[in-house]
Amino acid sequence: MAEIATEPLISIRDLEVHFRLAGGLFSRSRRVVKAVDGVTLDIFKGETLGLVGESGCGKTTLGRAVLRLTEPTSGQILFRGDDLAMLSRRAMRERRRQLQVIFQDPYASLNPRMTVSQIIGEPLETFNLARGETKRQRIQDLMEMVGLSRRFLKRYPHEFSGGQRQRIGIARALAVDPDFIVADEPISALDVSIQSQIMNLLDRLRREKNLTYLFISHDLRAIRHFSDRVAVMYLGKIVELAPAKTVYTNPLMPYTKALISAVPVPDPRIEASRRRIVLEGDVPSPINPPPGCRFHTRCPYAVDACRDVEPQLVQIKPGHFAACIRISPEQPDIERVSPGAAPGLEYQR
Amino acid sequence: MNTNGNLLSVKDLRTYFETEDGTVKAVDGVSFELKRGQTLGIVGESGSGKSVANLSLMRLIPDPPGKIVSGSITFDGRDILKLAPAEVRRIRGKRIAMIFQDPMTSLNPFMRVSKQMMEVTRLHLGHTKRQAREHAIKMLEHVGIPDASERVDSYPHEFSGGMRQRVMIAMALSCKPELLIADEPTTALDVTIQAQILELIRTLKAETGASVILITHDLGVVAGMTDHIIVMYAGRVFEQATTDELFERPGNPYTRGLLRSVPDPTAEQGKLYQIPGLPPDLAHLPAGCPFAPRCERAEDICRRDFPPFVQLTSSHYSLCHFAGEVYAETRGQDG
Repeated sequence: MAEIATEPLISIRDLEVHFRLAGGLFSRSRRVVKAVDGVTLDIFKGETLGLVGESGCGKTTLGRAVLRLTEPTSGQILFRGDDLAMLSRRAMRERRRQLQVIFQDPYASLNPRMTVSQIIGEPLETFNLARGETKRQRIQDLMEMVGLSRRFLKRYPHEFSGGQRQRIGIARALAVDPDFIVADEPISALDVSIQSQIMNLLDRLRREKNLTYLFISHDLRAIRHFSDRVAVMYLGKIVELAPAKTVYTNPLMPYTKALISAVPVPDPRIEASRRRIVLEGDVPSPINPPPGCRFHTRCPYAVDACRDVEPQLVQIKPGHFAACIRISPEQPDIERVSPGAAPGLEYQR
Repeated sequence: MNTNGNLLSVKDLRTYFETEDGTVKAVDGVSFELKRGQTLGIVGESGSGKSVANLSLMRLIPDPPGKIVSGSITFDGRDILKLAPAEVRRIRGKRIAMIFQDPMTSLNPFMRVSKQMMEVTRLHLGHTKRQAREHAIKMLEHVGIPDASERVDSYPHEFSGGMRQRVMIAMALSCKPELLIADEPTTALDVTIQAQILELIRTLKAETGASVILITHDLGVVAGMTDHIIVMYAGRVFEQATTDELFERPGNPYTRGLLRSVPDPTAEQGKLYQIPGLPPDLAHLPAGCPFAPRCERAEDICRRDFPPFVQLTSSHYSLCHFAGEVYAETRGQDG
């Protein structure tokens, strides 16, 4: 991580995104989904921050809220001296030149009635960046950059495979020369052999264009490969944050340990010998998340206090943050903490 | 019933589809065998023919446009392709059961789970209403549905994704099938739920002694679950081996490329190996080897002649002009 600046490009502070649910026809229910519930996170210039979690954990909502594609309920998103959350819609539109997004579904995120050239050229027009011959040249350069032949200029999205469509989406995001890209599950819908192509492309573009990524995925193998640091999310909260390698080799949180142990490894010898932590049950509903630590209902290490105390994300080791009252900097290994003890309780206060 | 022999033997299966674009040879000469109690993995990318092969086994190919044009599918001594439709229906759901990626493929959204599960055992096992209901509850308990005696009367949408997958597995297993075909059973699920479902399939298989065919694109999933693997590409079997051998010493450039393009969480980062190009258009396959345009070691012969299916060991085959060389190379790398 030596080459990454320690200056944050984006600082997220206490971000919350709550959705009010419509009640039944005659009910006056005030049920609220706390999709993102108090996230504080720095994304450093030039890094890829991986955001991982199971479906419903709020990772996509967090990514959208950072770009204000979904309106945050409260909190700050600091970028180049502005709080994006406070900008007017008009000012935010201007800012989008620096902040782009790549979506999961390359089938749904491209307008089927526009040619590739129109799709990639649209942001150039919106931001008044290029016209006429300059624009044409720029579109061709972008296509070449993402590995699409210029013969495809006049074709429509349906004429392309999933991987090629994702390349079109990437070219569109890059058209405005952004600083920051939220890549939301950019490879999940693709075949294995195409996934590695797209990951290598994103990686090359990051180096060439000095990009900063928020890479959202449920695929822990891709996250590990692609990210400098990894944030693990569970029911609206970041529960662990550390360099990618550390998250894999020395996870602190019981949830992260279970997640990593559940990833199938393409090696029969490892598969035969590894110890797998199989979690009981499903992710609880974010409408009524469990009190205290949200993971306590599935956690094999939970003690009574976990039901009452909401753990804070604190630094346990240098650069390694976790939200668990059962560990502390002095006793970071949960398996060695004496049964029933919660050394983090004191530390967190 | 011969308990040592093959439960299933597929020979030279060819399933073609007639389209406006020409004949699509979705499955083109696939052969494999499956012994009782064993698990076979079928690995491939989209369009490789793995799902069509699986639907062909159950005679579920829509005709037209599809047609099984040749081959035999011998299940417990009888060729499924020669049976009358009524006989196939008696086998399907009873002796051969299927689970899919999307549980709603096999669950009726308008019917209570109890009713759907009872229908199956009343038809195939001749259960009375009461027996069928008790059996359904027992099966749901077995797959880990809490409060099964109450949940049995729920509708499918009232279950979460992972639980719905369990309901489908309970239904598929309710007649104690001899063969379970699982087509991408965990692809839509989160990893922690995937681990639960794979564990469940493993346990149930050990208990009932059923054979399993596991169809997936995820090499990690087959590594821990299967005895044998076949790798499909463009409707063909490209490689066939025991699971250990396939991962240790792949004898086909395509398999080797696939294995190398999966990020290894234990390894350092760096550029990921990538297979160039796109999977072929099945209606317009290139001459010679269908993988040749993407293959890093292709030579003139690969672009001209269809490759032979080379036997490397007693149980290891590879469809490649250079199978022997590729196999020797990987052996060298590994040792």
